[in-house]
Amino acid sequence: MRAVVDPDVLARQAERRQVLGRWLAHGALGLGVLVFALPIWITLMGSTHDAATIGRGDVPLLPGGHALENYATALGQGGGRSMSTPVGGMLLNSAIMALLIVSGKIAISLLSAYAVVFFRFPGRMLAFWTIFLTLMLPVEVRIIPTYQVIVDLNLFNSFAGLSLPLIASATATLLFRQFFLTIPDEYVEAAKMDGAGPLRFFRDILLPLSVTNIAALGVILFIYGWNQYLWPLLIVNDRSMETIVVGLTKMIGNGDAQNEWNTIMATAVLAMMPPVLVVVLLQRWFIKGLTETEK
Amino acid sequence: MDRKVYFKGRALPFLLLLPQLAVTAVFFLWPAAQAVWQSTLQQDAFGLSTSFVGLENFAEVVADPNWRGAAWNTAVFATSVAVLALGVALFLAVQADKAIRGQRFYRTMLIWPYAVAPAIAAVLWLFLFHPNIGLIGRALNAAGVMWNYQLNGNQAMLLVVIASAWKEVSYNFIFFLAGLQSIPKSVLEAAAIDGARPLRRFWTVVFPLLSPTSFFLLVVNLVYAFFDTFGVIHALTKGGPGKATETLIYKVYVDGVDNLNLGSSAAQSVILMLLVIILTVIQFRFVERQVHY
Repeated sequence: MRAVVDPDVLARQAERRQVLGRWLAHGALGLGVLVFALPIWITLMGSTHDAATIGRGDVPLLPGGHALENYATALGQGGGRSMSTPVGGMLLNSAIMALLIVSGKIAISLLSAYAVVFFRFPGRMLAFWTIFLTLMLPVEVRIIPTYQVIVDLNLFNSFAGLSLPLIASATATLLFRQFFLTIPDEYVEAAKMDGAGPLRFFRDILLPLSVTNIAALGVILFIYGWNQYLWPLLIVNDRSMETIVVGLTKMIGNGDAQNEWNTIMATAVLAMMPPVLVVVLLQRWFIKGLTETEK
Repeated sequence: MDRKVYFKGRALPFLLLLPQLAVTAVFFLWPAAQAVWQSTLQQDAFGLSTSFVGLENFAEVVADPNWRGAAWNTAVFATSVAVLALGVALFLAVQADKAIRGQRFYRTMLIWPYAVAPAIAAVLWLFLFHPNIGLIGRALNAAGVMWNYQLNGNQAMLLVVIASAWKEVSYNFIFFLAGLQSIPKSVLEAAAIDGARPLRRFWTVVFPLLSPTSFFLLVVNLVYAFFDTFGVIHALTKGGPGKATETLIYKVYVDGVDNLNLGSSAAQSVILMLLVIILTVIQFRFVERQVHY
C-alpha cells in the first residue's frame, strides 16, 4: 500500500477550495451590498409615491408617479405638519456651514503646522501640545460651556457660531505637520539661497506640494461638516438658519404614522446626496484622506 | 522628528499660530475649564444663588441610579456597536480581498454609508422598522412578533445599535481592507505551502498581523459609540421608551439643555472628558509603538 499523496489530487482540492471561496465571497459581498442598499432603496422608492400609500403601510418596492411633485414640495415648502422649513434653504445652510468648516480648518491648520515645523521659537512645543489637547475634547463633552461662550460672543443663530467652534482640530494640524516633516531640507536651503522669505516659500513651494493632502482632507472635512448634528441643534433656533440634517429629524418628530412620509423621504434623499456623491465620485481622495488623518 | 534647516523669526510663527490658538483657547480650553469649574458648583432650587460644593456633584452623579442606568446602557450599546461593526466589517473585508470579479463595485457599494450622517442613518432605519409604515416592522408584526420600538425598550436598543453599527461598518471595512492588502503575499503562500487551510491561515497568520488595525479600530468605534451616536438616539428614540436608550452623552444633553441642571451636567461632562482622555492616551501609546514615522 502506498501512502504517497498524488500532487494532482492536491492541486484539484486546492482549486476546488478556491472556487468555493470565490462563490462564498460573491455571496457574502452581495448580501452585504443588499443590506447596505436596502434602506436607501426603500427611501428612494417611498419618495416617489403619495403620502396615503405610505401611511397605509403599503411599503412600495417599485417607483411610483409622484417623484416630481414630492421633490418640488420638499424643496419649496418642506414636509413638516406643524412647522415647515423649505428644504432648499436648509441645503444651502448646510452647504455654507460645511464649506466654512472645510476652508477654515484647512487654512488654520496649514498655517499652524507650517509655524511648528519650519520655525524655531520659544513656546513651540507648548503651542503644539495645546493644539494636540483639542483632540481629546470632542464638542459633545463640553456642550453647555461652549454654548455659553457662543451666547456671550453674540454668535447665536449665525454661521460664525455654527462653524468657528468646529474649525480648530488637532487631526488636520497633525496631518500637515507629518507631511511637512517629509519635505527635504534641500528645498528650504534652495529657497533661502534664492532669497525667498518664509512667506514666499510657503506660497510658492509648500502650498503646491500640499495640494494632494489638501484635497484628501477636504473630502473628509466636507462630510464631517455636512453631517454635524448636536452643535447646530443647540446653536440655531431660527428656522431660516436650520441645517438639513437637523431639519430632517425635526420633520419626523415622534414618528407618527400620519406624517407626510413621502416628502420626508424625499428630504432624506436630498440630505444625504451631497456627502454620498462626494464619497462615490472622489473615492480615491476620500480613502487617502481617511487612512491618513486617522492615525 | 525635527528639521535641521528652518527659518528665523519669532513674530511670524506666532502670527501664523494665532488663529489656531485663538480658536482653541476660546472654544476648547475656556469651555473645558468652565465645565470643570461648574462641576464644583451647585444652584439652589430657584436658581437664585450658586455655591461651591467641591466634589459633591460627582458624588451625586455617581450615586444617581439614573446615571448608573445610563452608564449601563452606554456599556451595552457601545460593546454591541463595536462588536457588530468590527465583526461584519472584518468578514466583508476578507471576502473583498479575494481575487474576484467586481471588486471595485463591491468596494464602492460598501463604503458609501460612511458619508451618511448618524441622524440620517437613524431615519433610514426608521423607514424600515417603523411598526406602521416600515417594511420589516410590519412584517414582524404580521409574523406575530409584537414589534414596536416606541414601546419596547429592548427593541429600541436593538434598533439604535443596528442603525449606529451599519454606518460604522463602512469605516472599519476601509481600514481592514487596507490592512489585509498590506500583508505580503509571500507570507500567505508560505503558510499555504506548509499545508495550512484557509480558515487556519486566517486565524494563525492574517488575524495576528491585523491586530494593530483591529485595536486602533476598537478605540475609534468606542469613541464613536460614546459620542457621535447622539444623533442616532436623538432622531430615533430620544432616550426612550422610559430611559431604555439613554446613554451618558444623551443624559448630559438632557440634564444640561432640557432640565437646566448645570452643575450635574458639567460633572457628567468632566467624567466623559476623563474617559476620552484615557481612550486617547491608550490609543496613542499603542499606535506609537506600532507605527514608525
